[in-house]
Amino acid sequence: MSARLVFLGRLADVAGAGALEVAPGALADVLAGLGDDLARALTGPRIRLAHNGALVDGAGLVLADGDELAFLPPVSGG
Amino acid sequence: MDDVRLLSEPFAPAAEIAAFSYRYPAAGGIVSFIGKVRGGDDVEALELSHYAPLTLPGMADLATAARGRWAVEGVLILHRVGEMRPGDPIVLVAAASRHRRDAFAAADYIMDHLKAQSWFWKREKRAGQWAWVEPRAVDHADLARWD
Repeated sequence: MSARLVFLGRLADVAGAGALEVAPGALADVLAGLGDDLARALTGPRIRLAHNGALVDGAGLVLADGDELAFLPPVSGG
Repeated sequence: MDDVRLLSEPFAPAAEIAAFSYRYPAAGGIVSFIGKVRGGDDVEALELSHYAPLTLPGMADLATAARGRWAVEGVLILHRVGEMRPGDPIVLVAAASRHRRDAFAAADYIMDHLKAQSWFWKREKRAGQWAWVEPRAVDHADLARWD
């Protein structure tokens, strides 16, 4: 039983990896299980979330077994 | 059919433009833009990362949006990911239309949206150190031209 967190851009540097397997559950609980620095970076005001490939608002989000949640900082492409 | 691709290896813009042009014999004009890794400012390498579930679908939606706004026969959007060197092509956008203004506008619109809204993250290597590139205010100002 696990869910996958994916960190894009500079968030991968903060996390020390591009992805992390975590126990499923409420997003608030998942974040509480990460380090303070990472949790703060992931909940910044300009961070967007994609749950199983669709953009979502993180409020009340619960991760099920097999889910993927991506944390997307502001883009800088092209 | 629009041709929208993410590329993890170097590509040859001139050959892609020639093939694109060949596909639209009814077009009276082709406008193309090639974005390259800028040289001459100490950047040794540039790396673009993406998020597969969002990046390519977003590029395809952008091609559709451009088609909905202008009378274009076809749209080409090629975008590199991975590590590149100064002088390497990063992006190629082309639009084919009956009359030139539609192709100019569509290519311009697509580039502004690729820069400011598409799901890419860029970092640069200078003096052996990688650093993430922050979004630029001018990219968002460019985007506002289309509101």
